[in-house]
Amino acid sequence: MEDPEGIRRVLRELLSTQRLAVLSTHTGGQPYSSLVAFACSDDLRFLHFVTPRTTRKFSNLQHDGRVALLVTSSANQEVDFHEAMAVTVVGSAGEIPGPEKEAALERYLGKHPYLEAFARSPTCAFVQVHARTYILVKNFQHVMELHLEP
Amino acid sequence: MNLILSAHEIGASDLPRVGGKALALAALSRAGFRIPDFLCVTAEAYNAFLDGAGLRERILLELHRKDFKEMRWEEIWDCATRIRNLFLRKPLPPGLAAALHAAAADRFGGRAVVVRSSAPDEDAQGSSFAGLHESFVNIRGAEAVVEHIRRVWASLWSDAALLYRQELGLDAGRSTMAVVVQELVAGRASGVCFSQSPTEPSQALVESVHGLNQGLVDGDVEPDRWVIDRDVGRLLGHTPAPRTRQMSAADDGVEMAVLPAEIGSRPPLTAEEVRAVYELGLKAEAYFGAPQDVEWTLRGGKLYLLQSRPVTTRAQAPAGDQRAWYLSLHRSFENLKALRKKIEGEQVPAMIRDAEALAGIDLGGLPDRELAAEIRRRWDVNHAWVNVYWADFIPFAHGIRLFGQVYNDRIKPDDPYEFVSLLTHTGLASLERNRRLEALADQVRRRPDLADCLRAGDCPEKAPEFRQSLEGFIERFGDLSCSVTGGTQCEGATRPLAKILLEMAARPQTPAGAEKRADVGELTRRFLGSFPESRRGEALELLDLARASYRLRDDDNILLGRIESQLAAAVAEGRRRLGSGGAAGGDPEALRAVLENLDFGGRMHPAGPPELSKGDRVRPRQLTGQPAGPGVAKGKARVVRRHADLEDFSHGEVLVCDAVDPNMTFVVPLAAAVVERRGGMLIHGAIIAREYGLPCVTGIPEVTSLLRTGDLLTVDGYLGIVTVGSGEL
Repeated sequence: MEDPEGIRRVLRELLSTQRLAVLSTHTGGQPYSSLVAFACSDDLRFLHFVTPRTTRKFSNLQHDGRVALLVTSSANQEVDFHEAMAVTVVGSAGEIPGPEKEAALERYLGKHPYLEAFARSPTCAFVQVHARTYILVKNFQHVMELHLEP
Repeated sequence: MNLILSAHEIGASDLPRVGGKALALAALSRAGFRIPDFLCVTAEAYNAFLDGAGLRERILLELHRKDFKEMRWEEIWDCATRIRNLFLRKPLPPGLAAALHAAAADRFGGRAVVVRSSAPDEDAQGSSFAGLHESFVNIRGAEAVVEHIRRVWASLWSDAALLYRQELGLDAGRSTMAVVVQELVAGRASGVCFSQSPTEPSQALVESVHGLNQGLVDGDVEPDRWVIDRDVGRLLGHTPAPRTRQMSAADDGVEMAVLPAEIGSRPPLTAEEVRAVYELGLKAEAYFGAPQDVEWTLRGGKLYLLQSRPVTTRAQAPAGDQRAWYLSLHRSFENLKALRKKIEGEQVPAMIRDAEALAGIDLGGLPDRELAAEIRRRWDVNHAWVNVYWADFIPFAHGIRLFGQVYNDRIKPDDPYEFVSLLTHTGLASLERNRRLEALADQVRRRPDLADCLRAGDCPEKAPEFRQSLEGFIERFGDLSCSVTGGTQCEGATRPLAKILLEMAARPQTPAGAEKRADVGELTRRFLGSFPESRRGEALELLDLARASYRLRDDDNILLGRIESQLAAAVAEGRRRLGSGGAAGGDPEALRAVLENLDFGGRMHPAGPPELSKGDRVRPRQLTGQPAGPGVAKGKARVVRRHADLEDFSHGEVLVCDAVDPNMTFVVPLAAAVVERRGGMLIHGAIIAREYGLPCVTGIPEVTSLLRTGDLLTVDGYLGIVTVGSGEL
């Protein structure tokens, strides 16, 4: 699985089956983490999540769009140490522009239908992360990176 | 929880907790067979230990460093060694320890016992784990019994057992182990009985040795053999054995002893006793309703049944079953001693004689036809030695493993590879060669004129004495340029050798004895001191065997390299003649025929250069392999895909290659660390890295494709991790 297609396959599988990601932002150099319900595009270029505009994470990414997301297959069991995988996604986040929003939101709600009212609330922002690098960890300490063409 | 059960407490439904061996013994005991007293430490006790010591996930982490199918056997052995050390060192949960001590003390006191495996898996799918898990004979006292229970538990994770379970598709994560602790009946004669011969259904077989049957089971003592006609119970034949040795109980464990001539002159059994043994086998067969493979012993005129299992499980392995091969991965001390005699006494001297004889032939003076015959002959000689290498030299490496296991059992060190320190500095040929090379480099360092002539390639004219020293080096160790060029050019002081000498000379001299020094004296004293006085001679003998085995692991390739370079020199001469159009009156066709028909493939398999994919890029960040030499170092990668890549090796680089071959280890003193695709702690790369105290990571799949020369690497030899780049996103 060390070739781009093999890694892409593993990433697609992981990102389509996991619902939650840990989002990292910062304010003035102070890191801040939060949990978000995410969806990922098939080509792995974009991840999306919804957040109220009043949150710290939204304020942080408005000041600096550089973010990282962590997604893991961990089941909070001892076997995770040899079985689980984790991926860190590095990229830049911002509110999705108008014309593209509806199609992406439809896809997002396909994965998270229970969040429809939340996602469509006027107080929430639909955020798009433009992924630059995926860092995939498996077998406890084996780490491969996928750098997407800009 | 039922941690410990006696025979009368074991019922037919207890198989998953007591295993087949204990279940059969309990049944036989109830049916009135004469069975030595025993108790069973159940799989629940094993599970309590695993959970209490946090070992369950620790083991799985060890086994999932990478895909099991990608692991070479040597890596599996390494995993097994690390796991075994965990079993030996982790404390037992207090309740379990107390229960095991009390049961062993109450039941057996100071009497000798046998501690045997009884794994529930052993009965799965008609498989046979016979011999794959360990048994220990003549163990006395509660503490020693508990210690050996741990060893039996650990044997569930031996390399052979792991491989076999993998082959059968059994989930290693679910395996458990029960243990039978049985009173030792040290009989006058012992053996096995197949109530039905595995090869001839109308016959039964009885095999017997004097003393304990451990020697017979391990294959170290050849038994007398009787064949019996099952229909009429008549003795059909007796094949006597040489009867020179016997396995007997020592202070601690068992030992091979000389069988006194007056005992050895007699078969271990009389005809009547053979019949009694056969009848015991038949009785067991009748009880279980299937032919049985019975182990027995005879003491004071009484026949004891030690264990019984269906014949099929030992004799009729399923098609393609590799158990016999897995078992051959472990060689006994006796077997290795005999092998050493053959290797050191006959094979190595013959190999040196061959190399010298070949070197004495003036190839330039041979007419084409004779040169063609000489190439053919050298190819045959080389081929024959390569076969010896696989048949005898490689198996002799088990001497290192046997010693490692004994050392770890005795010392229980933090580092399961501490034992390697006792084996190093034993005069490896490659280290001697590197020291000579350093001496040559030192001359270059001190005399700029030598550096100039090496650069210009005119040393023969400008510095004839130096040229002579180079030739002396080549005569002793083979031509380094052969290694560098993969045997395509074998001429003294060729450019690659000159480049290496110049690179070595360009940095300060390595202080004498820069290779790592552990306190070998102290470790040796500790090892020997762990044996009772009466067994120290044997311990010393084992250490000596292991050192010989370790030395040969490196020297054999240097010796093969000498033969190979003689073949390469003849090939080079043939090619030169064909290239230059041949001499007048020559016979180029003869040369062409031999050069085209023989395979001169080098022993190095070059991996293709990494493919650059368009668009998205995949980069390794952290690669995991086996920790094969402790320490941490940073440096730029020098990825060696072809021998010729060695000539550009610069001081402070990390040697990254498919497999380090001793013929290329002359660059190791220049290296900051060693990283290798081939896995294992005892492979050449790891051995030589340890000798020089360099961090080493082995067993990273596709490493020569994943890394590029010039990549910045951090090699963590403690964890077996190679980190690529600086970490910037």
